[in-house]
Amino acid sequence: MNGAQDLGGMHGFGPVRPEADEPVFHADWERRVFALALAMGFTGTWNLDGSRAARESLPPAEYLASSYYAIWLKALEAQVAQHGLATPEEMQSGVSSGPGKAVARILTADILEPRFRAGFPSDRPAQGPARFAIGDTVRARNLHPRGHTRLPRYVRGRVGRVEHVHGAFVLPDTNATGAGENPHWLYTVGFSATELWGPDGDPNQRVMVEAFEPYLDPEAA
Amino acid sequence: MAHDDHHGHPHGHAHGHAHDHAHGSELSPIEARVRALESILVEKGYVDPAALDALVEMYETKVGPHNGARVVARAWTDPDYRARLLADATPAIAELDIGGRGGEHMVVVANTPDTHNLVVCTLCSCYPWPVLGLPPVWYKAPPYRARAVSDPRGVLAEFGVSLPEATRIAVWDSTAETRYMVLPMRPAGTEGWDEAALAALVTRDAMIGTGLPRTPDAVAA
Repeated sequence: MNGAQDLGGMHGFGPVRPEADEPVFHADWERRVFALALAMGFTGTWNLDGSRAARESLPPAEYLASSYYAIWLKALEAQVAQHGLATPEEMQSGVSSGPGKAVARILTADILEPRFRAGFPSDRPAQGPARFAIGDTVRARNLHPRGHTRLPRYVRGRVGRVEHVHGAFVLPDTNATGAGENPHWLYTVGFSATELWGPDGDPNQRVMVEAFEPYLDPEAA
Repeated sequence: MAHDDHHGHPHGHAHGHAHDHAHGSELSPIEARVRALESILVEKGYVDPAALDALVEMYETKVGPHNGARVVARAWTDPDYRARLLADATPAIAELDIGGRGGEHMVVVANTPDTHNLVVCTLCSCYPWPVLGLPPVWYKAPPYRARAVSDPRGVLAEFGVSLPEATRIAVWDSTAETRYMVLPMRPAGTEGWDEAALAALVTRDAMIGTGLPRTPDAVAA
């Protein structure tokens, strides 16, 4: 979706302000939100793409005015309500009005380290041959889906070169809604900064994005 | 969207939480909101409080850029390892018993005298957790996400890094589940250093591309 999360190329946010000796968390509530989001994700009620979709569905003004973990909190509350795991009234009061629903799995302390060490890979067997090869010229499609996508606005319609073929991966666009993993080939596509930003682009700069096959069309070299 | 969350903005009200705790047990609105959410999710049996604590401890104390620094130091001292790391990073990193969630599909890109690499996630906050830990606030905030792709030299200047005009800049936007880490160039004057001494030169920012490794002079000073 063309939400406030798609920030590449925007102006007006001011300088980057690194913080010396930055702590991992800046407040205890951030620790709790982080852990709750990961533990709730582990229940299998939704997936990571669904969480990203929930975060970027915040109204743009609210997204930009919220700190990072406040965005996580608001999205988590929305997902919990949407999936019927608790009501907004329960979350507001902290008082449960009934038993919970069954979930697929629960993260316990004893399985945390081995389970996270194993990871949650998103590569999948390919459903067919790759359409593109390294060195191919491609044009990013001019797509503006209302739902989740990982094709940033700043490359849409732009011409690039396939730099790497990663294999097939879960397609975020369908996975986010629960419509299926729908694996597709994933490519690294390199764009010159002048292709992306015109005369304001640095001639000695390139930008690489990871693009799924449905995001790309062939282009005559 | 009022200021219910004064933590984590790029301008960093680092002392906000001190204020929050100034009145004994009184909770700020967002602290109360998170506490209520946690109570409900625990009471309904979706999350295990011990797992929440273990998650926080893992990412606050165990996983962090010291892991990535070991990878870099090994690559600086072992040419065969470096070749494996650049060819297929995930198994090479696993050789050092590092990997898992957020690093299932690693790519390592090497800086050279001609090319400097910079990593960003314009759409959210994708970051190679097993090697670098959780991302700093600036990495997740709009100024960096907006400008890393369109004005990387300006961003680097804000980190005190100035590269020759002729140096090519490659920006890697983490738009899929692949996760990028930069292999910086080994500083001059470190001939004969062992891996532990070299790892101490490798900063988090050097592995994102917003910094360079410490020099022997800087360490001695």
